[in-house]
Parts: sequence; structure tokens; C-alpha cells
Amino acid sequence: MMAELPQEGEQSRARAGLAGYFRVVWTVAEKDVRTELRAKEILGTMAAFSVLAAVIFGLAFDLRVPRTELVVPGILWVIILFAGVLGLHRSFGSETDRGTLTGLLLAPVERSALYLGKTAANLLYFLVVEALLVPALLILFDVNLLKPLILLGLLLGTIGYVAVGTLFAALTARNRARETLLPVLLLPVLAPLFISGVGLTAAVLDGRAASEAWPWIGIIALYDVLVFAVAFLIVDLIWEQG
Amino acid sequence: MTRLSLPLIRCENVRKRHGHRRILRDVTFSVAAGEVLALLGANGSGKTTLLRIIAGLDRPDRGEVWLGPVPLSGAGPEIRRYVGVVAHAPLLYDRLTGSENLGFYARLYNLEDAGARIEHLLRSLRLWARRDDAVRTYSRGMSQRLAIARALLHDPPVVVFDEPDTGLDRQSLEDVSDLFRQLRGRGRAVFVTTHDTARAFSWADRVCELRNGCLQQNAESKRNG
Repeated sequence: MMAELPQEGEQSRARAGLAGYFRVVWTVAEKDVRTELRAKEILGTMAAFSVLAAVIFGLAFDLRVPRTELVVPGILWVIILFAGVLGLHRSFGSETDRGTLTGLLLAPVERSALYLGKTAANLLYFLVVEALLVPALLILFDVNLLKPLILLGLLLGTIGYVAVGTLFAALTARNRARETLLPVLLLPVLAPLFISGVGLTAAVLDGRAASEAWPWIGIIALYDVLVFAVAFLIVDLIWEQG
Repeated sequence: MTRLSLPLIRCENVRKRHGHRRILRDVTFSVAAGEVLALLGANGSGKTTLLRIIAGLDRPDRGEVWLGPVPLSGAGPEIRRYVGVVAHAPLLYDRLTGSENLGFYARLYNLEDAGARIEHLLRSLRLWARRDDAVRTYSRGMSQRLAIARALLHDPPVVVFDEPDTGLDRQSLEDVSDLFRQLRGRGRAVFVTTHDTARAFSWADRVCELRNGCLQQNAESKRNG
């Protein structure tokens, strides 16, 4: 069953179809989640940080703020921002530390599929953490974030964050200072997303008309599209020089 | 040159720099089907760099590497199907079991008969009894055998080994020697790096040495078996 020798020009026609592409995405995501469920390196850290940060913000603002609705949008997005950085650097960092990134790069698959698989697994971690964080903020600040527009903005914002975060995690994975380098590179790039997320959440909590919230959602959606477009353009270059 | 006589690995005038340091200088060699080529060299001599270039993990600054008739530069991802790599690190997920690791790579390589292939490899490499144990509980020798199983999973025509003898006990070293004999007998092209001169000559049909980035072609070795 030895793989036959490649023929000249064979690579151009040996492209896997779309189903094959998404099979790779699913395979990488499933492996990441399975490994994480056993190692508990990323989810545990992100969840613990998020709940602790919410409690600390609660203690900090409890006696000083007339209306908690004023601070909760910022608290929500700041916690997501920092909890995300904690988890993202492990995404490729653990592969680099164990040498398994080389195994992935040796596979006869599109590298964008590896990136998308990692992004999908990270998105799942973020959504689990947010599912804990939103009720925690309700309990601590008595502010209900379970509103359709906020949840839509949170989902789209998380997709954009995870997409750019996973890309930057791949970029910095081989750097020894990746834990500090990742937030330094990532946070400025996330500014439009952060500002839009806070603006959207504040608009909804203030009870303003939906027409004031939709432009924020539009900006977040546009950000997501741009991030994925850039990611697909450069993801091969990131691993060009192993 | 006919297809039958075409070498499976062909490096032509490969050059590589890391910063100002010239790692490889016009390295040229070929490995035919059923041939084992051992590469000797001191630490930092560029053995692993050359191996990474053959595996498609790194690109030469100049020169070209061919797998059969196909140049690696500009080749698509499918070309990676024709190379198996046993790296210095085992490239395994220590939280997954042995069979889960092979299953994961089998799905990446889209192998049709993955279950049977995995069972065959785990049995022949004496890992079947430990297939459901996490890799982090494996000894160095077991991890190395599983790394070999991972590299051979898709039965590639070209197999490259980066110092496969590091940290292995006598039994595992004999397993590696047996493996080279089997691969040679099945017409694979094998490229192996090592520090150990005696071992290189016992494993290989030809032995070369990297010195100052240049490849020194040594005398033919005595084939062991």
C-alpha cells in the first residue's frame, strides 16, 4: 500500500474538495478539544480568571458607581479581552512546546485548514467562558446581558477576536517571549472590536433604539470579514520558514 | 533518466543561511529506492536543517530538492504525503493515547484503511498492548516506536530520520536496525542523520558527512544484512 511516487504536475490536481478541507478543520478542532478536556490548561485558566476578575470588578465598583449599567459593558469586554489572551497563547504554544506543530505542518493539508481548526476550538472555549461570565455579571452587578442584540454582538465579537487572536498566536508561537509578545501585538489590533463591543452593549443597556445598536454590529461583522480575509492571505507565510 | 532509475530524493546545490552563518553550501546528493543514506555531522553542522528541507518544513535559499520527478519548490500540500519524518521530538500528543494519536494523523492523511493500518503498525512495533494508554505514560523507547509508527502510517516512499538512536536502549536500537532493513527491502528511500559513525556504517548503504556546510561523500558502507 505504499503511496505511489508523485507524478509531475500531480500536486495541482490533487486538491482535496471542500468536504476534505472541512474534514481537516473538524479533525484539528476535535483533537484540540479532546486534549483540552484532559489537560484543562486553557478552559480552566480562562474560566477562573473571568469569574475572579468579575468578582474583583464587583468589589471595586460596588460602592462608587451610581448605576452599574454604566460600567458593566466595559467590564464585560475587558474581562473577555484579558481572559482570551490567557487562553490564546496556549493554542499554538502547547503545540510548539511539545513539538507537535511540526507534525501538523508535515501533514498533506492546507495550512489554512489547520488555522481554522484551531480557531474553531478556541471559539468553543471562549463561548463556554462567556456562558459563565454573563450570569456571573448578572449576579454580581444585577445587570441582565441576556438580550438578543448583546448576545449577537458578543458572538460576532468573539468570532473576530478568536480569528485574529489565533492568527497572532500562530505568529508568536515560536517566540520565547510569546506570553508577553501576544498581548502587546494583539491588543492594539483589537481596539476597533473592543470599542464597538462596548458601544453596542452600552446602547442596548441604556435602552436606546435598536437602530443605534445595529451600526456597532455592522462594524463588528466587517471586522470579522476583514480578519478572516487577512488570515487566509498570510497563514501560509507564517509557517513558510519552519 | 527513466522513471525506474530516478532517485526518490535528489538535492541539487542546496544552500541555506541562518543569519550570517552559512549552514549548507551547495549540498548535492541523491537517494535511490531501496537505499539507506546516513548523514554524519557534529552538533550544529546542519544535519537537521537539511532534513527539514527534504521534509518540506524549510526552504533552501538556493538549489532544489526533488521527490522523484517533482521539485519541492512550488509543490502543493499533497507532496507532503510522500515523506515520512521521524524527528528528534516524537511529534505526539502526550494527553492522547497511542491509538488516538495515530487515528488523528490518519484522519489528517485521509487514510482509507486507517484502522487496519494502525493495528498492523502497533502490533509490529510492540505497542498494541499499550494502545489505550496516554502517551505521557510511555517510556522514551515506546514514544520513539510510536513516532516511527506515525511516520510510516501513510506508507511513504521516502522516510527521513533525525537521530533515531538518541536515548534508545539496546533492544530499541535493534528494532531501528531491523526497520531500516525492512524499509530497504520494500524499496523505500531512507535518509538518516546520526552522530554515531559505527552505527551509520551498520545502517546505511552510503554514508556522508556534513563539514562546514559541505557534504563529504564517504566510502560505501558494508550493508548490515
